[in-house]
Amino acid sequence: MTMIRRLRTSPITPWATGGLLVALVAVLPLLDLSLPGVLPGSTYTPGTLQLLAFAMVFAALALSYHLLFGVAGLLSFGHALYFALGAYGLGIVLRDTELALVPAMAVVLMAAIAVAAALGALSLRVSGIAFAMVTLAFAQAGSVLVRRNASVTNGEEGLPLRVDNIPAELVGVLNTRNVYWLALVLLVVVFLIVAWFERSRAGHVVAATRENELRVRVLGMTPFRVKLITVVLAGGLAALVGMVYLLLQSGVTPAVTTPDFTLTLLVIVVLGGVGSRWGAVVGGLLYTLLDQRLTALARSEAIQDLPEFLRIPLSEPLFILGTLFILVVVLLPGGLAGVARRTLARADSARARAGRSLDEEATP
Amino acid sequence: MTDEARKALGPILRVAGLSASIDGQQVVEQVDFEVPATGVTAVLGRNGVGKTSTLKAVLGLISRSGVVEFDGERIDSEPTHRIVQRGIGYVPEDREVFASLTVAENLRLAERGTTPHRDMVDELFPDLIARSAQRAGSLSGGQQQMLSLARVLMNDNRLLMVDEPTKGLAPRIVTEVAAALERAAAVTPVLLVEQNLPVVRRLAHTVVVIEGGRVIHAGPAAELLDDDERTQQLLGVHSTDHGAPKGDTDHGAPRGDTEHGASKGADESREETP
Amino acid sequence: MSTVLLLLITGLGLGALYFLVASGLSLIYGLMGVLNFAHGSFLTLGAFLGWEVARRMPDGSWLTFGVSILVGAVVGATVATLTELLLIRPLYLRHIEQVLVTVGLSLATVALFEGIWGVDPIYVVGPEWLNDTTDIAGALIPNDRFVLIAAAVIVLLGLVVFLKRTRYGLIIRAGVENRAMVTALGVDVRRAFTLVFAIGGAAAGIGGVLASHYFGYVSPLIGGSLLIFAFIVTVIGGLGSLTGAAIASVVVAVLQQFANFYLGGTGDFMVVALLAVVLLVKPTGLLGSKA
Ligand SMILES: Nc1ncnc2c1ncn2[C@@H]1O[C@H](COP(=O)(O)OP(=O)(O)OP(=O)(O)O)[C@@H](O)[C@H]1O
Ligand SMILES: [Mg+2]
Repeated sequence: MTMIRRLRTSPITPWATGGLLVALVAVLPLLDLSLPGVLPGSTYTPGTLQLLAFAMVFAALALSYHLLFGVAGLLSFGHALYFALGAYGLGIVLRDTELALVPAMAVVLMAAIAVAAALGALSLRVSGIAFAMVTLAFAQAGSVLVRRNASVTNGEEGLPLRVDNIPAELVGVLNTRNVYWLALVLLVVVFLIVAWFERSRAGHVVAATRENELRVRVLGMTPFRVKLITVVLAGGLAALVGMVYLLLQSGVTPAVTTPDFTLTLLVIVVLGGVGSRWGAVVGGLLYTLLDQRLTALARSEAIQDLPEFLRIPLSEPLFILGTLFILVVVLLPGGLAGVARRTLARADSARARAGRSLDEEATP
Repeated sequence: MTDEARKALGPILRVAGLSASIDGQQVVEQVDFEVPATGVTAVLGRNGVGKTSTLKAVLGLISRSGVVEFDGERIDSEPTHRIVQRGIGYVPEDREVFASLTVAENLRLAERGTTPHRDMVDELFPDLIARSAQRAGSLSGGQQQMLSLARVLMNDNRLLMVDEPTKGLAPRIVTEVAAALERAAAVTPVLLVEQNLPVVRRLAHTVVVIEGGRVIHAGPAAELLDDDERTQQLLGVHSTDHGAPKGDTDHGAPRGDTEHGASKGADESREETP
Repeated sequence: MSTVLLLLITGLGLGALYFLVASGLSLIYGLMGVLNFAHGSFLTLGAFLGWEVARRMPDGSWLTFGVSILVGAVVGATVATLTELLLIRPLYLRHIEQVLVTVGLSLATVALFEGIWGVDPIYVVGPEWLNDTTDIAGALIPNDRFVLIAAAVIVLLGLVVFLKRTRYGLIIRAGVENRAMVTALGVDVRRAFTLVFAIGGAAAGIGGVLASHYFGYVSPLIGGSLLIFAFIVTVIGGLGSLTGAAIASVVVAVLQQFANFYLGGTGDFMVVALLAVVLLVKPTGLLGSKA
């Protein structure tokens, strides 16, 4: 009893649980588990692994967005830009140069950091809602750039991945599980970097600017610099995620450059619980699975036979997700993480009460 | 009116256990005080102790908890506009006139009910009427204070809450503002935040002293102000009269560029990041 | 010369569209601090329902055209009012949540429109005259430009009169400057909130029907694409400033036209570049006081 409670409160526990989870996820491709209704097939099948890898990539991307919105309180509508920069950048470098994968990734990462620094410095001249609009404008410019320059980006068709200089282990359906592990490594690395940043001095300061910028200023720190650092870090991580996405999808389409794509991230982070790292991860996983399932559901006969006024809304996954999102914002402040926290707190206090009465009985 | 008669009427405003916070930071803590139904009650305290916040909490302009009773009725969960409509006139610190609106528009916006006392405004502040088409933002500080007072005096109120009306004004204007307040106080009880002790001495019969968001003293005004040592201890300034003329400038003009000036400057630059 | 004139007037027409969207956005933001992401959906719905009514009426008549604009205005105002009452008001003063709700609404409604009307453009027919051109100093100007400009000017004048001459206009102007003080004078500012939503929605709905004639079609994405430029316009013009929105609409649209023609289709980039310059030089925008 007390043992359990001690475990629960120890700071090591979440990390231990996390490590266990990672190990579990890592061995999934070697197991034959099926979750009908949640996963399209058994856990070792490429289709399922592809979906799970995709979910992890999204979770990692949501974590990078969590840095902006959850930690720094910066509402950005342009985060897709850096993700797209990673995916398209790597695709173009691999196609037009003979660089190997890792150097190519390094080049693209440098470029993304430079762009994030420049655009971040500009957009941080305004705050709050104006910041949101400005980031949206920059991302839109990026989107137009991708669509208009078909000679470089292949336009609406999307850019296929040229595999000549990529390790063979990462190519082809049979190697899906390698890409799956890559996605897992990515998620873990991004998680650790984000956690480390939040604990760093800059992370504390930027969180403080979210609460009260004035106080930070009074303490003699410049909010601008720590915010810029956060924007650059989030942009760099998003680009990294974009590169893994390219490898996973064997290509990239302009859909990832649109403002809607960033809005999806916002939905994920809010769904998971603003300010919670685990919330971002869980939100990312859940959103991807839900989106995939809802799309499958929309095509199912059960839905197609419904009368029109039900069929039309139910066959649009984004309609359902958007509505769900509104409901979470209005009814569930704190998202999933908030729910979890409240449930745990309630369980804890219930247990404390039970424990106390037991103690009282024991001592005559 | 004697103190007994004042007590017999019962308070117009009763505050008990009032707490308030701004951006999650507690700025008013468990404040209790009463405002009698007549005369002027002054709230005193050093800079930044929570006087303005207390008034804002009463009005519901910042999130608050605790009991606020106006004329015997609870108002602590009502929205601001309802509270004001019950008959509370609020003259905020720093005037807060609408700079982009004309004087006439500022007055028109403030009209409550059907019979605004335009005549009273005419009489007290003839200067404002002459400037009715002027943008309020281009008025002088003193004129803005007159406008801010006029917005409130125009309506029938059962309580006035006036926050540092003499702040940053020249001695002659301070006298004018005090005179206007004195006239208003003859018919309406006033809760006055004021740093200028000669003005407090002239107008107030009761004082409430706040420190660190709490009430640390409450009692008759004269009693405190006659006790120089106690005043010095509670407010950090002397109450003695030998500095009266100096007192005006002392607590009027220079205050602007001490603590308040500094925080103001920071506040303004806060939006734009270098 | 005639090219310049054509570009200029086309720019003005496009600017008129931007203004119809941006005016509401700017007023809503100025008064309530809410960035309304669903504004594009008000526009799109206005356009679709305007078209639905028009196709049940005689093709190409002016009456049909007029009725569809009216329908657009009413639809825009109605959905905007409902949005304010049902979604925005319960989250009073929680600005971020309010933005999030409008984000969710825009995602959900665009998906819904796609479900109802499909993703492909639907072509609209207007009065014959709109497709003709008028010769102005040698430039052949498509007539729909004039209608757009006239509509935006009427809306602008209507808004100015409303803001200057009515009590609610007074409340809105005061509220844009200092909302808390308006309530501290005993005014229920929330009613003004609903009103600016309704007005902004009506302008967007009109913009939706006109946009469908300007582009020649309606599609579920029509609102979203205009919304982005309207955002840029409101930032450049200064958040909360109607005049700023009007000036910036024209500047942005004309710049876009000229850059598209003379600088090889770089209009969108020039607009974003202009935004960057404005942010560097004057982060509050042309006429704004708050950034
Ligand atoms: N918007 C705000 N954000 C953060 N803190 C605030 C804010 N407004 C007031 N405070 C803090 O609340 C405390 C009380 O402020 P308040 O304005 O009530 O003081 P005051 O007694 O009226 O001071 P003064 O005599 O200078 O007017 C101060 O410490 C102040 O810094
Ligand atoms: Mg004060």
